[in-house]
Amino acid sequence: MKPAPFEIARPREIEAAVALLAEGGDGAKVMAGGQSFGPMLNLRLAQPSLVVDITGIAALKSVREEEGAIVYGALVTHADVEDGRAPDVGAHVLSRVAAGIAYRAVRNRGTMGGSLAHADPAADWVNALSALGADVEIAGPSGRRWLGLGDFLTGALSTALGAGEMLVAVRVPKVPASARFGYAKHCRKVGEFAHATGALLVDPQKGTARALMGAIDAPPLVIADARELFGGRVDAGFAGRFDATAAAIALFDAGVSDPVERHIHVEVLRRAVRQADGLFSPQSSPSSRSAA
Amino acid sequence: MKDVTQPGEGVGARLPRKEDDRLMRGRGQYIADIRLPGMQDVAFVRSPLAHARIRGIHVPEDLKGRVFTAADLDGVKNIRAVSGLPGFKVSEQPVLATDKVRQVGELIAMCVAPTRAEAEDMAARVELDLEELPALHDMLEARKPGAALVHEHWGDNVFLESLVNVNIEAAFDAPVKVTRTISTARQCMAPIEGRGTVVHLDHRMDQLVVYTASQMPHIVRSGLSECLELDEGQIRIISPDVGGGFGYKAILLSEDVCLAWLARKLGAPVRWLEDRREHLTANANCREHHYELTLYAERDGTLRGIDCEATVDSGAYSAYPFSACLEAAQVASILPGPYDFPSYRCRTWSVATNKCPILPYRGVARTGVCFALEVALDALAAELGLPPEVVRLKNLVRPEQMPFDNITKKHFDSGDYPEVLKRALIAIDPEKVRARQKAGEPDGRRIGLGLSIYCEQGAHGTSVYSGWGIPMVPGHEQAGARLTPDGGLELRVGVHSHGQSLETTLAQVAHEILGIPVARTRVFYGDTAMTPYSTGSWGSRVMVMAGGAVATACTELSERIRRIGAHMLQADLADVRFENGRVIGPHGDVGVNEIAHTWYRRPQDLPADVDGGGLEVTSGYKPLRDSGTFSYATHAVVVAVDPEIGEVELLDYVIVEDGGVLVNPMVVDGQILGGLAQGIGTALYEEMAFDSSGQPLASTLADYLLPGAPEVPAPFIGHMETPSPYTRFGVKGIGEGGAIAPPAAIANAINDALRPLGVEMMRSPVTPRRIVEQVLAAREAGLVEKQGASANRSAA
Ligand SMILES: Cc1cc2nc3c(=O)[nH]c(=O)nc-3n(C[C@H](O)[C@H](O)[C@H](O)COP(=O)(O)OP(=O)(O)OC[C@H]3O[C@@H](n4cnc5c(N)ncnc54)[C@H](O)[C@@H]3O)c2cc1C
Repeated sequence: MKPAPFEIARPREIEAAVALLAEGGDGAKVMAGGQSFGPMLNLRLAQPSLVVDITGIAALKSVREEEGAIVYGALVTHADVEDGRAPDVGAHVLSRVAAGIAYRAVRNRGTMGGSLAHADPAADWVNALSALGADVEIAGPSGRRWLGLGDFLTGALSTALGAGEMLVAVRVPKVPASARFGYAKHCRKVGEFAHATGALLVDPQKGTARALMGAIDAPPLVIADARELFGGRVDAGFAGRFDATAAAIALFDAGVSDPVERHIHVEVLRRAVRQADGLFSPQSSPSSRSAA
Repeated sequence: MKDVTQPGEGVGARLPRKEDDRLMRGRGQYIADIRLPGMQDVAFVRSPLAHARIRGIHVPEDLKGRVFTAADLDGVKNIRAVSGLPGFKVSEQPVLATDKVRQVGELIAMCVAPTRAEAEDMAARVELDLEELPALHDMLEARKPGAALVHEHWGDNVFLESLVNVNIEAAFDAPVKVTRTISTARQCMAPIEGRGTVVHLDHRMDQLVVYTASQMPHIVRSGLSECLELDEGQIRIISPDVGGGFGYKAILLSEDVCLAWLARKLGAPVRWLEDRREHLTANANCREHHYELTLYAERDGTLRGIDCEATVDSGAYSAYPFSACLEAAQVASILPGPYDFPSYRCRTWSVATNKCPILPYRGVARTGVCFALEVALDALAAELGLPPEVVRLKNLVRPEQMPFDNITKKHFDSGDYPEVLKRALIAIDPEKVRARQKAGEPDGRRIGLGLSIYCEQGAHGTSVYSGWGIPMVPGHEQAGARLTPDGGLELRVGVHSHGQSLETTLAQVAHEILGIPVARTRVFYGDTAMTPYSTGSWGSRVMVMAGGAVATACTELSERIRRIGAHMLQADLADVRFENGRVIGPHGDVGVNEIAHTWYRRPQDLPADVDGGGLEVTSGYKPLRDSGTFSYATHAVVVAVDPEIGEVELLDYVIVEDGGVLVNPMVVDGQILGGLAQGIGTALYEEMAFDSSGQPLASTLADYLLPGAPEVPAPFIGHMETPSPYTRFGVKGIGEGGAIAPPAAIANAINDALRPLGVEMMRSPVTPRRIVEQVLAAREAGLVEKQGASANRSAA
């Protein structure tokens, strides 16, 4: 389990990295934290001629706040988010997700950008950030562009990144005070990739909900307007109206044909729904106050 | 039974491990730490197919002389692990494949280069012309007539068939009969350190020096000498620190033979380090059992008989030295477990398939047997509406029957089996658990309580192993004991310590007799040049056998010390005694240090007729009976199961065990904890799956799931100490027990939780997917009991 021979470059600027990638063509590959790429090299599943190690590019490590969003550099690590070195989009929204990724050693090196670019349907950022409606910024030979995550993720392990392009930043909308985020990951042991992921961003005050079922061997199933899962409306007591059949039909339509798989995914979403509901404490939450 | 802890450093002391100072600081020396000048690395070309005829192997011209195939291996014989059991069919395992490959990962060529990466580059360039043959991945299919043949000349795929029948017909009229199909998955042993071998030529000694991670260096030497047709004296095996064995390192691998041949061919040091993919896909497989089991019983739970058909997937070849039939044939003899009942029949098949050879893994056949019998007993208890502990107490061998010869003539040496169950029940508190179970959980999970009991034959010796007729039969175990000139102690043993803590515990045994501080005692092992012959570390035998041998050698040494001491004290031998490292006479005493100094440095002070053997003894030991020690335990576990997504949480875990007299109870706790982790792996996580073409489906630890620290609860461990009447100090073997009982206990707990839903899990590992599948199937079939039905039934 040793990689095939390759060249390695460690540029300091995004532009230099893009130039190297464009020059290297198909044989050039980005390496960020190396936590997915390293094993692929060792198993010889990836045999690039040039590895562009981007960890020397300081600009990719920055984080900035914008109106209603936080923009994370591609190299922000899972541990940066877990430990709060990078600010969160809401109370423990991303830090909780980060803490459930792999093991600490992997979190120290693995990056948000690398995880999205790797596009494993079972990955936590792929699912959590899709549920939160994130965008990604891409740099390439012809400049920069922004893409919604839904358009960026084109399939299992495949993205809209073109030749010479790399991911440079991720913009995640802040979670308003009136909303809650439920995130449930079903896996067999601590640190394992998900076998099913459910997420719900719900705002009973505004009457909106966005739901996700992930780890389905394809990009996650995002239900942008999830009122249909709660009997057509999102208000106090939404969780009690969770419609498992509606969720199962959505999965069926998305191509999840195995009934056992469907059952598990729906039940995992149900757990995310319950979790989100539980996060409305009696003091701060209009929904549970009126429910009481 | 006596109290657990004893003061001092001798037998019974909870002494911290001496070896930890080295190992915890990263100063262990493993195969991969060895650097020899000019050493080259080897990578193998392995079969990508499970079953194929080799039509050609094309080595690029520029690689000739650095890539070797079977055609190059002059004078290398096949590995032949025979068994003397009647009807056993021998597999010929060429160390590099010749005409056929019979498993994915089988060795076809070896490539040698300055680094492993370069060797892998070369391996990738070797082209194979293979004609694919139908592959056997299912042992039950492979048993059927007309199946493809793994070894054509056999005519079928059965290594060995066996039958034990003790009056089974007498059970047929029993009022209750419960039949179940039960199976355990194929697993991989997963020591942190894989296999590895470094070989070089020692011209000074005219020896091939083989560094290899082995539990049994002397057996590896015999195996290598047979395959290479060298004198045993021409080979020296050094097994340095070994990072876990569990049985995988008790096997002679083709890789070992290849490397030894290659070092001689090249006249230069060569190295092979197994990587995790090789480990998982090509080598370390174990455990795959299938049972058709029927229990016959009275309505009060008394067992009338057990009838069983057991099949073991032995894989493509018979592994050296344990053979392909150790598992299945042992199933027949140990299935009765700790129970006493009058009728028994067991038929077994060791079946060849196109998968890796099955190797003995901690617990060997016992984990599967315990799983089968204990889950079946719970099914019987459910059928009878009796609590599982009641059924067990009805049938366990009772203390007043000890020593007891069971239905398959196993001789249980001592113990109180019902007592470990009773103590475990007190610790787990079934009433409280069942009340909670009845009340229901707010989150919809279901509570279950599971029990399992086993007894474990350990340190079985000549009389047992000569019957198997395999290449290795343990006889007397030997140990060397030598005082150094300044009164320190050196012990030499042929067993290995790869987690057993022998550097500490054998020093404790010596201390018990000689009074020499454990800190001044050094244990040498893992080198055929420095240690007496031994079959090595396996079968929970080291403390019984090597401990007994060390005690015997030290006792002889103490007598020599006493004689010299008597002379130095100018006292009659009859008037001096040896105590706590001193020879004490009527008018004074003299210590071991002075005695050693006199023997080595001032021989002029000794009389002419002094025993010329001096202060160095090698002596041998066998227990009074060599039919084995029987340690035993009850495991009890409480689980919470989420029936909708199949998640299982272990809420409480209790182990009460009796391993005879414990030399170091802390070390025993460590053995149990490690075994428990492995048993949890068997129960819930570990599975080496294959597709229908015989391709292994897990090639990394992302696919082959091992429990991690968060998945292993801290158990309550209770000890009882019933001495074995046959062994020195009354010790028993305890090395494997921790891994035997957990799969059954956990499956029983899950079944206790899910039975009211119409669900019974009879196959390990119990995965979330399998649970949900069955829950949904039961719902579909309308099997769900009405509320409270199960409570009513057990009340009735
Ligand atoms: C044992 C283990 C357990 C794991 N468990 C989980 C888990 O539970 N959940 C989870 O979500 N993940 C898990 N992972 C994956 C981990 O989170 C990785 O860190 C992550 O998927 C990849 O991030 P990276 O920075 O290491 O990227 P790399 O491994 O360096 O790269 C991954 C891929 O993305 C490309 N790439 C990286 N950065 C960029 C970029 N900026 N632009 C374009 N392409 C880029 C690379 O070319 C490569 O193809 C686990 C990994 C391991 C080793």
